[in-house]
Amino acid sequence: MWRPEPSDTDLPFRIAEAGLDRDALLDAYRRMCLIRVFEEAIRDRYWTGKTDEFNMAVGPIRGEIHLAVGQEAVAVAVCAQLTDDDAVVSTHRAHHHAIAKGVDPARLAAEIFGKVTGLCRGKGGEMHLFSRNKRFFNSGIVGASYPQAAGAAFSFLYQEDRNVAVAFSGEGAANHGTFAETLNIAALWQLPLVIVIEDNLYADSTPKWAAQATNHHYQRAQSHNIPAYLVDGMDIVDVHEAARDAVNRARDGYGPTVVEAVCYRFRGHFEGDPGGYRTREEVELWERLDPISRLARRLQRLEWADDETLTELRRSAAAEAVEAIRFAEQSPLPNPVEALTGVFA
Amino acid sequence: MRMLRGIAPAISEAIDQEMAESPNTVVLGEDVTYWGAVFGFTAGLQEKYGRDRVIDTPIAEQTFMGLAVGAAATGMRPVVSLMFVDFLGTCFDQIYNHLAKNHYMSGGQYRMPVTVVTAVGGGYGDAGQHSELLYGLFAHVPGIKVVVPSTAYDAKGLTATALADPNPVVVFGHKLLTGHPGMPFEGEEEDVPTDPYSVPFGLAAIRRAGIDVTIVATALMVRRSLEAAARLADDGISAEVIDVRTLVPLDSATLVASARKTGRVLLVDEDYASFGTTGELAFRIQAGAFDRLTAPIRRVAVPDVPMPYSEPLERAVIPSVAQIVDEARALTGVPATAG
Repeated sequence: MWRPEPSDTDLPFRIAEAGLDRDALLDAYRRMCLIRVFEEAIRDRYWTGKTDEFNMAVGPIRGEIHLAVGQEAVAVAVCAQLTDDDAVVSTHRAHHHAIAKGVDPARLAAEIFGKVTGLCRGKGGEMHLFSRNKRFFNSGIVGASYPQAAGAAFSFLYQEDRNVAVAFSGEGAANHGTFAETLNIAALWQLPLVIVIEDNLYADSTPKWAAQATNHHYQRAQSHNIPAYLVDGMDIVDVHEAARDAVNRARDGYGPTVVEAVCYRFRGHFEGDPGGYRTREEVELWERLDPISRLARRLQRLEWADDETLTELRRSAAAEAVEAIRFAEQSPLPNPVEALTGVFA
Repeated sequence: MRMLRGIAPAISEAIDQEMAESPNTVVLGEDVTYWGAVFGFTAGLQEKYGRDRVIDTPIAEQTFMGLAVGAAATGMRPVVSLMFVDFLGTCFDQIYNHLAKNHYMSGGQYRMPVTVVTAVGGGYGDAGQHSELLYGLFAHVPGIKVVVPSTAYDAKGLTATALADPNPVVVFGHKLLTGHPGMPFEGEEEDVPTDPYSVPFGLAAIRRAGIDVTIVATALMVRRSLEAAARLADDGISAEVIDVRTLVPLDSATLVASARKTGRVLLVDEDYASFGTTGELAFRIQAGAFDRLTAPIRRVAVPDVPMPYSEPLERAVIPSVAQIVDEARALTGVPATAG
């Protein structure tokens, strides 16, 4: 997983090896910034009305919020390999996957605000996000994404349309039986499936050492003859290289791949998470590996982008996020009669 | 004229006729090829459509049920065999949290056209983990249609309706009605049309008309209630027997109309008694017929114990014809005759 920061001569080579170039990296940078600013804006609104006394039912955003700040590189690098016809099945922590898959941030924000203009007309909420035209869906039940993505992959294989399905999950989910069961079926049927494990070291508050017999999951894929990668999830180049191989393999009929990306969430498991399971020093250590500033430093080293270019990309991403939040805030709430509609098609 | 023995060949014929028309309909589950899902619900399909469309899965219920969720979201119409309903504990998350909810939670974006076929019922000594009905659990969760056929004609027609439905539907096939070798058979050979046809959901069937008492039942209990009604007739009690056919959607109107006519209702259910189907049926009936009821609604159901193994124990808990007769007599105020 860990490789030292590449030298000036090695860096362009590694970028080319990963199938990336200047434009692709600038695009990835802007997309990561969009996710980051979006998540920070959601966090800001979420805490409105909750700072004096934390109460999930109070404020413009109710319920739980699971932010992906710090994990942007994995989502962006993986989804960069996908078309609108490829499927992504995500988890309770899904905002970054949705945005990376191309879901409209404004309708995403509106759903989080419970507005009728939301992706799901306010019936899903942040843990249950669906976008049919982007073939994106998720589940708030940990471990449920694997078989569902395998089902989409089965569907693509059956319909012979060369699409690929991606299951995102955390490392905690991979301890669920669905992971082992899905590995078996995916290998047996050679499904066009990519399982991406975002290993952020903690399942809620439970550290890996308390829940996992092995430090990593990729060996379990290998035991099913499924190729697997262990990558630095804070390095978009590293994730991109593995994701590109994995998606190409699936698309070309060579079956499933597991990509295990070690990363870190800079926020709690959920906003309001009381913490206590990791030290400030640890968080600060990982913040130094922030995938966004890491990419910015590389772009500058290569002289592919100057301050002005990066500032402009951040500004443009921020404007899009702000507009998304504005759309959500100004949208109407659903009519209560809608609560009783749409159980059946 | 073509006679069929049992609901299993009727269900497999409905699936066959759907597969012939719909190339994206596939069958998934344990032992669905050689063994036709053990009780025959998928018998003959593999020979006709091959293993690309009739697919044996590993024993991994949560995963093949999850496959159906993902496949349905991307244009397929899976038919999933859950061998025994008692195995629902291994896959209920994918059923109730995903199949049942995804259409609603997605604001109508994702339909889940999945038909689950499962074997239910006891009475042949399969004991605690292979004899239950449990349809009340499915019916309790919004978003799942629940089909409980009692005849081969209905089994084929209701399954055809299930397969055409854009929603998740669970078809509960009672083992004692399957007609499968190795099982007791309490159904009868029926003339079932070979051509495709459908039976609509939400329409109860009055299997026997009567004026003194309404007996409401599902699946095997319809057969036993009809037999009980025949005995009651010998005592001069005219029982109306209603086959609910689908719990979701439920035809409350037919139940209420009958209850208003007879004034007395006996609910017969092979599912557990408490917090389940009989309670819900009683609520719906009293809500529409309270002013015409001349006695409290009664029920015969499996008492709140797991299904025991030994024959006398099993017989003691599954509603029998004699129990139905006794309850109906008590309800109509006619004392049980000796012998």
